[in-house]
Amino acid sequence: MTIRAQIGMVLNLDKCIGCHTCSITCKNVWTSRGGVEYAWFNNVETKPGLGYPRNWEDQEEWKGGWERTKSGKLKPKAGGKVGLLTQIFANPNLPEIDDYYDPYTYEYDRLKSAPESKTVPTARMKSVITGKTKDKPDWGVNWEELLGGEFEKRRSDYNFKDIQEQMYGEFENTFMMYLPRLCEHCLNPSCVASCPSGAIYKREEDGIVLIDQDKCRGWRMCVSGCPYKKIYFNWQSGKSEKCTFCYPRIEAGEPTVCSETCVGRIRYLGVLLYDSEQIKEAASAPDEKDLYQAQCDLFLDPNDPDVIARAKADGIPESWLKAAKASPVYKMAMDWKIAFPLHPEYRTLPMVWYVPPLSPIQSVHENGLMESKEGTNGMIPDVESLRIPVKYLANLLTAGDEKPVTIALERMLAMRAYMRGKSVDGVTNLDILKDVGMSEFEMDDMYQMMAIANYEDRFVIPTNHREYAGDGPFDQEIAFATRSECGFSFGNGCHDNGGGGEPKRSNLFGTQSHANTMDGAFRGAKTPGDGGVKTLNKENMGDKS
Amino acid sequence: MNEFLNTFFFGIFPYLAIGTMIIGSILRYDRDPYSWKADSSQLMSRKGLRLGSNLFHVGIILLFFGHLVGLLTPHWAYEPFMTSGQKQLLAMVAGGIFGSMMLVGLLILIVRRFGNARVSATSSFWDKAILLMLLAQLILGLLTIPQSAKHMDGSSMIELAAWAQKIVTFRGGAAEHILAQNIIFKLHIVLGLTMFLVLPFTRLVHIFSAPIKYLFRTGYQIVRKR
Repeated sequence: MTIRAQIGMVLNLDKCIGCHTCSITCKNVWTSRGGVEYAWFNNVETKPGLGYPRNWEDQEEWKGGWERTKSGKLKPKAGGKVGLLTQIFANPNLPEIDDYYDPYTYEYDRLKSAPESKTVPTARMKSVITGKTKDKPDWGVNWEELLGGEFEKRRSDYNFKDIQEQMYGEFENTFMMYLPRLCEHCLNPSCVASCPSGAIYKREEDGIVLIDQDKCRGWRMCVSGCPYKKIYFNWQSGKSEKCTFCYPRIEAGEPTVCSETCVGRIRYLGVLLYDSEQIKEAASAPDEKDLYQAQCDLFLDPNDPDVIARAKADGIPESWLKAAKASPVYKMAMDWKIAFPLHPEYRTLPMVWYVPPLSPIQSVHENGLMESKEGTNGMIPDVESLRIPVKYLANLLTAGDEKPVTIALERMLAMRAYMRGKSVDGVTNLDILKDVGMSEFEMDDMYQMMAIANYEDRFVIPTNHREYAGDGPFDQEIAFATRSECGFSFGNGCHDNGGGGEPKRSNLFGTQSHANTMDGAFRGAKTPGDGGVKTLNKENMGDKS
Repeated sequence: MNEFLNTFFFGIFPYLAIGTMIIGSILRYDRDPYSWKADSSQLMSRKGLRLGSNLFHVGIILLFFGHLVGLLTPHWAYEPFMTSGQKQLLAMVAGGIFGSMMLVGLLILIVRRFGNARVSATSSFWDKAILLMLLAQLILGLLTIPQSAKHMDGSSMIELAAWAQKIVTFRGGAAEHILAQNIIFKLHIVLGLTMFLVLPFTRLVHIFSAPIKYLFRTGYQIVRKR
């Protein structure tokens, strides 16, 4: 057994209001640069829907993730090492920009620079890539917001597997939910596995998966290799980029930007301890439906003295073990069993988990005919009567196994019934708790975590002891040697543009500066009007010529 | 004058070109690793790549190694197995087949690079220039086939191989082997060397990063210690 620690995330979908604040703050921090205008390290999808990029969940189309061979071994679904290299000249599984969307802006400058005319000037739509006028957008990161578009397209949602989806196209049966998505920082990442350059790696100390931008050669196998399509190809720099889990913030003990800014308080961050030697076995479980349980079995109890002793021997700092005991992620995933991995059937062992959403009881039950779970005296409604089919959630979170999802939904319903009794009627109804197998203490804790969701309960992040990076504890060498260096940068970073003044457009070898391009600029725009928006032309657009 | 140009282009220019390639590439790799990339444009358009890129790459790789082996294998090493006439025929046939593969692929890529609005808009000057240089070089190369057919004894090939071997072994008098050759061979050599010259400043550097090492990685995962 070798114990490693990882910062995991849980998203409580029951409280997600689909405001996209996480996406916007993430975009502003990480992908406002040239070449990644189309990329959203965090995006929120309305389900059911095809999502972004279009139909990403269907691995028959994209060949992301792993597959278990007949001999029980795991190999990337797109092919083993030799197979992947034969696809290097033309990757047959790579999405095209239109599968995401053609990034666009509007000719805002024209609104104030147009000459006098009889009609009001219009700001026409321009493609950021070609600078050409477009009549209308045809797909986007949030195209299906609030079930936009027709059911005929939406019905091919991968999660309708084994569901007679036709009835959910009828108005009175329709349902929806939000799904915020980001990199899963998997325990068994298929992007790492499919990178021929060896540029992608998982950090031992906190499990964050990163791309070494200097080592990436742009072979783009990771883009197709990731089943969540959370690696984006920067078409300007020619390198792949991905969610960094805001590692500079995590290292300092702060939550990621998406978590920090979540207005619904749906995001939780905490430490999970796991046995790294069992990863392969867990990911190779023969039956897809066993993968959720297999991943749970990897996680170790942070209160177990044997685990603590072993973890210390494996070099996990004291502060991390302390944080693991208070980890909201461990409580939700392991103690209360209300959080689940997203699509465990991809066999990547994802580490961003989701609490399934409750949904309104179907109208027939509202007329006093509510079916309740057997033996609960009408206190907990039957989860089968929830508007969102349990099977749909199971296809999303447990490879189709409805039982764990049912238990989670019942526990959440029980929490409501129990707390309503306690605070409205002044009755502590322990029968409800017995029905869902929880103690009074556990339920109070769960209520505190889920409903009150205080900042310090949601985010239990130990600081990353970079100063331990040397040979022994308190070896200050690394921290000392890296003092006064420039922080996050691309390539030459502070070497190229650190001297003040205007950054160079590009150097002898064609490296571009990483200017913010979210200023309404598009290729080939004319000189800006007075005091207007800074408008880019081919020169300062970072064009490679 | 003619002799001076001959000495310059076939005696000195090879060292300038290859020297620039080596030093330039090392400098770029060391000073600016972020710029070292294959610069794929597949995200912009998939169309035509499957056929075009595969034919082009397989063709050019085989042609490159064909040239390498053909030019640098000393006469005595292949003499026991075949005459120089037979070797020339082999080179013509293999070069013809691989060259045709590359030509089809390259034409598809050129049409895509210049014709597709997105690919064209996101291309740099060198992305386009290098394709046209490759086309010119390939056409010159294919033109050497009918030229060689005029003398099937392999004499011309032996001269060209002698030039290449003297260049790489730093012996003098290499350029003299080229003086009497047809202009097509001369242009083919000069353009080829020019591409070595510009290599460090273009996306061609991805040649050096062919990820063969991937095949030898233990397992699939990479975990970095802090």
